[in-house]
Amino acid sequence: MTARQVDNELRKPSFEKNPYERRALQSYVLSTLTVGMAILACFPLFSVILMLLYRGGQRLALTVFYSLPPTAFEDGGGFGNAILGTLFMVGLAGLISIPFGILAAIFLAELGPHRKLSQAARFCAKTLTGLPSILAGVFAYASVVLVMGHYSAWAGGIALSLLMIPIVMLTAEEAIKMVPRGMKEAAYGMGCTPAQAMMKVSLPVAMPGIITGVFLAVARAAGETAPLLFTALFSDYWLEVNQPTASLAVLIYNYSGSPFANLIELAWSASLVLVLLVLVLNIASRLIGQRNK
Amino acid sequence: MDTVANTAEAYAPAACRDNDVILDCRVDNIYYGDFLAVRDSRVPICRNEITGFIGPSGCGKSTVLRSINRMNDLIRSFRFEGSVHYHGIDMYGPKVDPVVVRRHIGMVFQQPNPFALSIFENVAFGLRLNRFKGNMMEKVEKALRGAALWDEVKDILKRSGLSLSGGQQQRLCIARAIATEPSVLLMDEPCSALDPIATRQIEELMVRLKEKYTLVIVTHNMQQALRVADQTAFFSVDISQGGRTGHLVEMGPTRRLFDDPQETLTREYLQGEFS
Ligand SMILES: Nc1ncnc2c1ncn2[C@@H]1O[C@H](COP(=O)(O)OP(=O)(O)OP(=O)(O)O)[C@@H](O)[C@H]1O
Ligand SMILES: [Mg+2]
Repeated sequence: MTARQVDNELRKPSFEKNPYERRALQSYVLSTLTVGMAILACFPLFSVILMLLYRGGQRLALTVFYSLPPTAFEDGGGFGNAILGTLFMVGLAGLISIPFGILAAIFLAELGPHRKLSQAARFCAKTLTGLPSILAGVFAYASVVLVMGHYSAWAGGIALSLLMIPIVMLTAEEAIKMVPRGMKEAAYGMGCTPAQAMMKVSLPVAMPGIITGVFLAVARAAGETAPLLFTALFSDYWLEVNQPTASLAVLIYNYSGSPFANLIELAWSASLVLVLLVLVLNIASRLIGQRNK
Repeated sequence: MDTVANTAEAYAPAACRDNDVILDCRVDNIYYGDFLAVRDSRVPICRNEITGFIGPSGCGKSTVLRSINRMNDLIRSFRFEGSVHYHGIDMYGPKVDPVVVRRHIGMVFQQPNPFALSIFENVAFGLRLNRFKGNMMEKVEKALRGAALWDEVKDILKRSGLSLSGGQQQRLCIARAIATEPSVLLMDEPCSALDPIATRQIEELMVRLKEKYTLVIVTHNMQQALRVADQTAFFSVDISQGGRTGHLVEMGPTRRLFDDPQETLTREYLQGEFS
């Protein structure tokens, strides 16, 4: 062998995997760790659902959906009024926060993304997403309950809308920003005014993303207890918008601490209903997000 | 090279007379912020001809083209000094609405950019924008035929415009642009995202379109300029004064410009391109 051949022989690379190499071991340990953590992350949700199915499923019958809550020593009853109350207040919060959030998002994403006002609004919204929800309740208490003089479904809806607005706004902004630049240019090139470009081209494309954000916000609002404690309180009667109003979340909070077996069972069933509601909303938002990809 | 030259011969124009100028674009200065992008360039565009813009990258071809229909107004730092006279009216006049300018002077972009709508709605878009009340189907078919796309899509008009191939998408964009029958069509490197066959189709289309429309195209492809352009404007960029300011070097009938360039800058550029 010439010196050159030896040299070539030495330089010939190996493409085989060596499982005992440090690099390989490291990679193996790390990927196992990530898989483990991913499984752990699913664990709480699944165990909560199993638990709820087990404890809450027993009492879950059609009657609970249309009956009023029982008194302490009564048997039976349900939480129809709480379901109605939650739907009304979340619906009201949606009616406030969806147009509010989307219009603000259009400004942030399209009209003045670099203006001081946008930066301030974006910062406020981000802070607001991290706001402890009880503060939304305190705010609505001070600004609605004290002014009106009583607890009401209106106050509850307004408190929930405070939590929904930043979620809708920030996800809608992202969705609008994701619209390809070329499409917007084409719209302007066709002679669209900025409003037309937004309504006819950008918003339809961004809609799945916006709807995802709306569903996430609704799901969050539906599960909130603290803001409602200060604003809607609770009620054993059917929905009257100017009166204290029952909601699933507050019902669970109240009944789970009670000493009566019937009420505790109802709290479990209500929890199951609430979790299923949130789950369905989350799945719906994912499906809508994916369908239009 | 010979066949190319012959093709160009076939389309070779009589020199454009002054009264045939439909669009008179006079650039004094175009700025992006403090940056002087283009200076002192007069580009007359003749009716029913194809005018080609060529030149090295960054010399301001797109900038000038997009100044014609005021697309650049969307860029905040953009500032135009000069005038663009169209039907004797300055498009940069104080009372002119850029939105209306863009409805009269259509544009086709480098990347095909159909809307996320059906093929039909893509073409109908501009008509709806102008509140067209007549027979929509007829207009859409006419535009699609004009863009040589009708036969390929007549059975799938309801499908998304995004489901088409790149070349089809670009022809869809051309159909969308000509549906409202603008008299001028600006095209910024319309074939650069396309394969040679799709490019040929678009080129043939352009030559047919000039019977009814006036076209301005930016191209990096010298053969393409030779094949389709009646007039060619050569832009260059001078880096002598520290900046990178683009300007028109010379403009004339395509064959004359390629065979007998008057300026050394043009000659050098063409020699570089063809060697
Ligand atoms: N939006 C913008 N903001 C700032 N400068 C810009 C902008 N668009 C273009 N320019 C600058 O203006 C000059 C001319 O750009 P232009 O896009 O018109 O060149 P071009 O001739 O079309 O180049 P190409 O052949 O690469 O497309 C370049 O120096 C570019 O950096
Ligand atoms: Mg360009």
